[in-house]
Amino acid sequence: MKKLISGWTLIKLYTILVYVWMFAPIVAVVILAFNPQQFGTFPMEGFSFKWFVKLSQNSTILDAFKNSLVLGSLTAIFATAIGVPAAMAFIRYEFRGKDFLNTMLIAPIMIPEVVLGVALLLFIRWLQQPKSFAMLLIGHVVLTLPYVLLIVQARLVGIKREYEEAALSLGASPFQTFKEITFPLLAPAIFAGMLFAFTISFDDVTATLFWATAQNQTVPVKIFSMLRTSISPEINALGAVMIVLTVSIPLAAGYVARRFARGNTP
Amino acid sequence: MKEKPWKPWLLLSPSLTAVFLLLVIPVCFVVVYSFWLRAPSGMDIPAFQFGNYAKFFADSFYPVILLNTIRVALETVIICLIMGYIPAYFFYRTESRLKPYLMILVMLPFWISFIIRTLSWINILGDSGLINHLLLKSGLISSPIPMLYNEGAVIMGLIQYLLPFMILNIYVSLDGIDKSLTEAAKSLGCTEWQAFREITLPLSLPGVSAGCLLVFVLTCGTYLPPMILGGPGNEMIANLIFKRIIGTLDWPFGSAISTILLLLLVLIVYTYNRYMGINQIFKSLSKG
Repeated sequence: MKKLISGWTLIKLYTILVYVWMFAPIVAVVILAFNPQQFGTFPMEGFSFKWFVKLSQNSTILDAFKNSLVLGSLTAIFATAIGVPAAMAFIRYEFRGKDFLNTMLIAPIMIPEVVLGVALLLFIRWLQQPKSFAMLLIGHVVLTLPYVLLIVQARLVGIKREYEEAALSLGASPFQTFKEITFPLLAPAIFAGMLFAFTISFDDVTATLFWATAQNQTVPVKIFSMLRTSISPEINALGAVMIVLTVSIPLAAGYVARRFARGNTP
Repeated sequence: MKEKPWKPWLLLSPSLTAVFLLLVIPVCFVVVYSFWLRAPSGMDIPAFQFGNYAKFFADSFYPVILLNTIRVALETVIICLIMGYIPAYFFYRTESRLKPYLMILVMLPFWISFIIRTLSWINILGDSGLINHLLLKSGLISSPIPMLYNEGAVIMGLIQYLLPFMILNIYVSLDGIDKSLTEAAKSLGCTEWQAFREITLPLSLPGVSAGCLLVFVLTCGTYLPPMILGGPGNEMIANLIFKRIIGTLDWPFGSAISTILLLLLVLIVYTYNRYMGINQIFKSLSKG
């Protein structure tokens, strides 16, 4: 019995160590963002907000933020707008080739982003179209669609078909049924899907490096080009801002969604 | 429900159109282009010849990068497995009230930008990073140990990115195991370790293999960790593609390398699907 307890303690310790390993570098970024020196390194001498101030005055970074926000929001809207009907089709209907098509729509997760980047760029070039914001948006929608499909399908499986059938048998039109029954029940998953699409779009570097032009750079692409010169506290400060934003938005959204859901169910 | 047969197709058509037009056709283009010729003027000439592939395998430079990629991917898979199984097992067995919060912490890195997670290692491993700073201060070393810009640093960055995928895949698989099986084994005289080895471990293998596949496939396609944390000798195949396409604008050769990478991964995923079924991976991804 004594031995069993020590085994479990070892497992706990190991798990803690893995956590430390996972989060130490991220914590270091946030701490070093407050380093007043020119180089973002240890030892730190003092504490200052000067790199955040400098960041807020850097217009190219602010532009990149604006681009990322617009791109992420539009990606989330389009990906869910085409993903939700597809998820409905897969879960609610039987038709020939269903499994194959479902796999085909989700498989892009497994295709390396570099190949997707080359492919779309090559296609656009063949059509003799210039790189544009629209192309970047299209690319991001294709990148995020599989995740929206997975999340919405997983939720839809759990919503009983009987609810919809009841509404239909009581005389509701299919559209009314969707609006009054399916959509409210599905809303948390749609919301989660949009959030996921937004984050993936907001984070993406590899494919975006192929598709972005000088005018529509996103924040990660901007960080990437800043890294070429050196790692300065300004990058750490930008990293800290990104960490706080991308972590707090989903957590807050999740909290609001839970409150909202609780308010809806009697 | 009596249904009109065209209804699902109507619902599917936007997604199918998008994926066909913007993904399937473009990927086919990559394959077609890989047989084309590049004229000295920089123009691409339609052709059907294997020159690009011959070029890839003739010079040892390119195959070495391919093998390098596969080796790094295997190393990453093994380390992720060692680092990930025990925490996943901890989640399965723990009855702590903190469990939901600990699970959120595992998911948290998914929300943090990949490029920031990658560059964060510079602050730890650099000449004036945390480790060297502590070692220098404690007097154990007199000059910083070079830890960046080598394969180890690249793998650190890759694990940082991929470990949550591994933990989640294994956890989803473990979570489906009935705990009473272990209890039954123990009541029949098994020790804790024997019960784990004979029951829990084998039943968790679908999750283990899904995690390994996902980590392997994602490693093969990564571009950032070798770029940011690696040295000149640590290039991976994605870096090569990027250089050929964006750097030298050699579309046919870049397409050929892309096709080789794609073929490698299709082969691996296909083999996996034959034995395990691809749905295992989607299952845990939808939880994330």
